[in-house]
Amino acid sequence: MTEVEVRTACALRLGDDGLVLSHRLAEWASRAPELEEDVALTNIALDLLGQARTLLTHAGGLEGRGRDENDLAYLREERDFVNCLLVEQENGDFGSTIARQLLWSTYQLGLLEALTRSTDSTLAAVAAKAVKEVAYHRDHALQWTLRLGDGTEESHRRMQAGLDRMWPFTAELFERDGVTAEAVALGIGPDPDGLRPGWDAAVDAVLTEATLRRPADTWAPTGGRRGLHTERFGHLLAEMQHLHRSHPGARW
Amino acid sequence: MSSSGEWPLWEVFVRSRRGLSHTHAGSIHAADATMALRNARDVYTRRGEGSSIWVVPASAITASSPDEKDPFFDPAADKVYRHPTFYDIPDEVRNL
Amino acid sequence: MDPTEALEEHFRRTVEGEQRIEPRDWMPDAYRATLVRQIAQHAHSEIIGMQPEGNWITRAPSLRRKAILMAKVQDEAGHGLYLYAAAETLGTSRDQLLDLLHRGRQKYSSIFNYPTLTWADVGAIGWLVDGAAITNQIPLCRCSYGPYARAMTRICKEESFHQRQGFELLHTLSHGTAAQLAMAQDAVNRWWWPSLMMFGPPDAESAHGARSAAWRIKRHSNDELRQRFVDMTVPQSEVLGVSLPDPELRWNAERGHYDFGALDWEEFRAVVRGDGPCNRQRLAHRVAAHEEGAWVREAALAYAEKRRREPAA
Repeated sequence: MTEVEVRTACALRLGDDGLVLSHRLAEWASRAPELEEDVALTNIALDLLGQARTLLTHAGGLEGRGRDENDLAYLREERDFVNCLLVEQENGDFGSTIARQLLWSTYQLGLLEALTRSTDSTLAAVAAKAVKEVAYHRDHALQWTLRLGDGTEESHRRMQAGLDRMWPFTAELFERDGVTAEAVALGIGPDPDGLRPGWDAAVDAVLTEATLRRPADTWAPTGGRRGLHTERFGHLLAEMQHLHRSHPGARW
Repeated sequence: MSSSGEWPLWEVFVRSRRGLSHTHAGSIHAADATMALRNARDVYTRRGEGSSIWVVPASAITASSPDEKDPFFDPAADKVYRHPTFYDIPDEVRNL
Repeated sequence: MDPTEALEEHFRRTVEGEQRIEPRDWMPDAYRATLVRQIAQHAHSEIIGMQPEGNWITRAPSLRRKAILMAKVQDEAGHGLYLYAAAETLGTSRDQLLDLLHRGRQKYSSIFNYPTLTWADVGAIGWLVDGAAITNQIPLCRCSYGPYARAMTRICKEESFHQRQGFELLHTLSHGTAAQLAMAQDAVNRWWWPSLMMFGPPDAESAHGARSAAWRIKRHSNDELRQRFVDMTVPQSEVLGVSLPDPELRWNAERGHYDFGALDWEEFRAVVRGDGPCNRQRLAHRVAAHEEGAWVREAALAYAEKRRREPAA
C-alpha cells in the first residue's frame, strides 16, 4: 500500500462510520421519547454527518479519481463500504440506541484524540474539531446509560438487553489489519489495540455505576472493514441511494 | 414530579457572550438538573448562541408582578407558570 | 365600577395601548382560553409537521440536502418546544396539551395531513407551506401576549432559512433534468391549494376573527393574509419557472392584487374533520412515539428520585 492509499483508507473508514451512524440516528426524528431528546439525537446525527462529509471529501481527493462526497455516499455498492458493523445495527428501542452510542462514542473519542496527532493534516484537523463534539456525544450516552440502567426495572432490563445486543460488534473496533499496521508505521493513525485499555476502563466505569453487567466476550463478528456487512445494511443503502441513483448525473 | 409523570419544567438563562449577563431564553422539561442543562444546550444554543447556561426549576422561582402596586394582578399565581389548572375539561366539550 | 369591570378595563387599556400582557397579569378567561387553543394548535403543528418532511431524511439525494433537512426537522421540534413553553405560562402543562392532541381533541394545521410523495414535496413545503406559515407568523411577533410574541420572534428568526432552502431546492429541480422539472411542477400543483387553505376559512365564516383582533392576538384577517401570500408568491413562481395550478390567476391592476380562483372548502372541511389522506397516520405515529417513550421518561424520573434520596456526598 502506498502512503496515499493508507490515508485514503483511514479517511474512508471513519467517514463511512459517521455517514452510516448519522443515518441510523436520523431515523429517530419525530420518534424520540421526548421532544428535548428528539433535538438532542438530531444534534448528534448532524455532527456525525458533518464529520463524514469532510472525511469523504478528503478521501475522494486523495483517491484522485474525481469522486466527491456524494459519489462516495450514493454510488458505491454495499461491498465497497468500509464502516464497522456496530454503526449499521438497527436502532431497536431507545435502550439499544443508547447502548450503541455509548460503545461507539467511547471508542470514537479515543480514536479522535489519537488522530489529532496524525501526520495527515486534514485528519488531524477533523479530529481536533470532532473531539469536542464526540465528547458531548459520549456524555449524552453516559447520562442516559446511568438513567436507564439505574432507573426502573423495565429500563434496566431494556438497557441490559440493548447492551447485550450491541456488545459483540465492539470486538471489530480493535482489530488490526494491513491498513492499521501501515497507518501506525506512517504515523497516520493509532494502533487499535492501544485504544482498548482506555475503552475498557471507561465503559466498565459507566456500566458499574449504572448497575449494568458487562456482557461476556463470546461471538465476535467482523468483516465491515472489508465490505462484508450484515444483511440489513443493504436495505439501509437501498433507501439512502435510490433517489440519487434514479436520476443519473442530476444535480440536487 | 407531577402526577402525570411529566418531567418538571426548568427556566433557561443563557449568556450569549462574555461580558453580558444571563438572559431568560425560555424553558425546557427535564427529570433532573444534569439533563436540564444538556437539554437547554441542545434546544437553546443549536446555532451556537450560548457560552454559559443556567437552569432553574420553574417551581423555585418566586415572582412579583409589574402591576403589584395596584390590584391588577392575579394574586393566586405566585409561581411563574403554575396558573391553577382551569384546563381540565370533560371530553364531550367541543371547540373549546 | 365593580372589581371585575375595573380589571377588564385595565386589561383593555393595556392591550389597546400596545402593551404586552404577561403571565401573572389578570386576563379574561376567554382571552386565556383562546390563547391556549391557538398556541397549542400551533405547537402541535410544529411537531406533527416533522413527519411529512422527516419522511425524506433517509432518502435525501445529496449529503448537503440531507444535513439541511435534518436541521430543519430539528428546528420544528425546537419550535414546538418553545410554543408548548409559551402555553405553559398560561397554566396548562405540555402533558395535558399532548394528551388533547393524542385524543384528537385539539387540532394541528391540516396541511400536514397531505402526503410527501416525491423529493420535490420537500421543496414545495419549504417554499409554499413555510412561506404561508411565515406570512401568518410575522404579525404574531407583535401579539399582545408576551410569551407568545417572544416565542414567535425567535421562531421567525430561525425560520428564515426554511423558506429559502425550499425555494432553492425547487429552483435546482426546475433548472435540472426534464424529470426533475416534472417532479417540481407536480409538487407545486399538489401543494398550492392546500397552502392557500392554511390561512383558514374566508373572513365571513371565521368564528373568532373580530374578538381576536380586538385582543391584538390576530392583526390581519384570513383573506388579507391569503392575498398577501398570493401577491408575494406569484412572482417567485415565475423565477422558478413553474406554473401555479389556477387558470383564474391573473394580475388585477385596478385592485393592485392578483385575482385567484375559488378554494375547495369542501376538501378543507373534510381534512379538518379527520378525513384527509394522512390524518390517521400522522396521529398514530405521534401517539406511538409518545407511548413507546413512556418507559424512558419514567426511568429518568425514577433515577432523579433515587439521587434526591441519597444523602449528600
